[in-house]
Amino acid sequence: MTELFQSLGMSYEWAWAIATIAGILLIALPLMLAVAMIIYVDRKIWAAINLRRGPNVVGPFGLLQSFADGLKVFLQETIIPSAANKGIFILAPIVTFTVALMAWAVIPFDAGAVLADINVGLLYIFAISSLSVYGVIMAGWASNSKYPFFSAMRASAQMISYEVSIGFIMVGVILYAGSFNLTEIVLAQKGHGLGIVNAYAFNILLFPIFVMFFISALAETQRVPFDLTEAESELVAGYQTEYSSMSFALFWLGEYANILLMCALMTILFFGGWLPPLDIDLIPWFDIPGIVWFFGKMFIFFFMFSWVMATVPRYRYDQLMRLGWKVFLPLSLFFVVLISGWLMATGHYGAAA
Amino acid sequence: MIQTIAFYMFAVLMIASAVMVITARNPVHSVLWLILAFFNAAGLMVLVGAEFIAMLLVIVYVGAVAVLFLFVVMMLDIDVAAMRAGFMKNAPLGLVIALILLAELVLGIGAYRVGAIELGTPMASDAPAMVESNTAAIGALLYSKYIFLFEIAGIILLVAMIGAIVLTHRPSKSKRGQQDIGKQNRRRPEEATVMKQPTVGEGVEL
Repeated sequence: MTELFQSLGMSYEWAWAIATIAGILLIALPLMLAVAMIIYVDRKIWAAINLRRGPNVVGPFGLLQSFADGLKVFLQETIIPSAANKGIFILAPIVTFTVALMAWAVIPFDAGAVLADINVGLLYIFAISSLSVYGVIMAGWASNSKYPFFSAMRASAQMISYEVSIGFIMVGVILYAGSFNLTEIVLAQKGHGLGIVNAYAFNILLFPIFVMFFISALAETQRVPFDLTEAESELVAGYQTEYSSMSFALFWLGEYANILLMCALMTILFFGGWLPPLDIDLIPWFDIPGIVWFFGKMFIFFFMFSWVMATVPRYRYDQLMRLGWKVFLPLSLFFVVLISGWLMATGHYGAAA
Repeated sequence: MIQTIAFYMFAVLMIASAVMVITARNPVHSVLWLILAFFNAAGLMVLVGAEFIAMLLVIVYVGAVAVLFLFVVMMLDIDVAAMRAGFMKNAPLGLVIALILLAELVLGIGAYRVGAIELGTPMASDAPAMVESNTAAIGALLYSKYIFLFEIAGIILLVAMIGAIVLTHRPSKSKRGQQDIGKQNRRRPEEATVMKQPTVGEGVEL
């Protein structure tokens, strides 16, 4: 895109700056639209599993329900509790939302369709996802109310615990791909399974860590079996109890943007990103643009997120911690050893060879 | 041009937030300013091309260490006024430390301006391979030339970790309150629930 602006007669630097801002808008605005639509999808799937109709009043099939909710929230009054720590109270939802958008900078939607194609892409995502704890802690503390604070403590302990195992799972994929760059990780999956399947998930060493990644992603985004942060029976509504209006909506948007990010990560790390599922031209599916495959795969994972939400009950907190530290951490560490051992034994050790 | 703007933005924000760390009245605000300072330091490292170190800084310091700071500061009920009471008493000591730091800075910058340190030429097998990304370069150097230092650092960390666990671990005193997770997982609905079909007019007798 830089070349386009350069051809309009700008110097390289200004063209780069404007192209980058345009790229950010090109990702962030459709992302917000996608979040609005995915909330609708979530409610529809949940309703279908519960044998209800779900949102069906606003617009055709209720498609505009999220926008109606958004408008309602937008017109409400922003209430700041008098005992709250004002600056941090206002900052917390902004941090949550901004951090949720930031990680999308390195996600490749198609071959070359990425805002920042950096060498340490996966590390960047890991770094940004470790920042999302702050929005929650700041919200819980600044509310100056005990239930939000309990919830913030739970949320941050939970997120830190599961980040450890997510880190080790990412190491497994990095070892196979030999790169931190997300585009290269996707390309390394081309024809990985028996020469025809474009996915790491069909590798017998990587499938177990994919399952662990899915469960850890549920815990990291505080989705249902692990949604102890907003356990209604214990904590009113979690760390966002004191929030109203747009500041509440920002938490909501940030949460769903994070869920979509986790779906995108599963697609990129284990299911071949924008590549078609098989590397052979059975039907002319090489003509389907890569971005369609990418969004299609993301949608399947989002369906799984909703499915889990509608079917399983909530975990107990000590069981959650036990699962994170005593099951996933040793298992993922074991798989790091196993995968690197296998790669060494078969002579796949990248740059040094 | 853009690099210059970015550099001054990161540098000014970092110094400003570092000043705010020590002047903020609320300790939680101090920690949050510290996080902003870490973040800007990572930005500066990206600017000089050390993207791997920058990401590690964010992951380790912002993502883990600062969260613990924040936890501790939030849980403790710190009385700022009591902490500031001894200011005049400790001022001379602080001044001495500041002077020593200043002298070290002056010496360091002076030594840097004299020229680079000659560490000797690496032996053929130890010479790091020329690789394009600095992640690979750091890896090549850590696992060849500095392998012993790296392993020793790892062992020290392991010892510290075990030490922390040993110091904080308390054996449970009573048998009650201990949960046997295996027993809980083995429990089935058949042994936990009883189906009763009471006839009309009679209650359930257990």
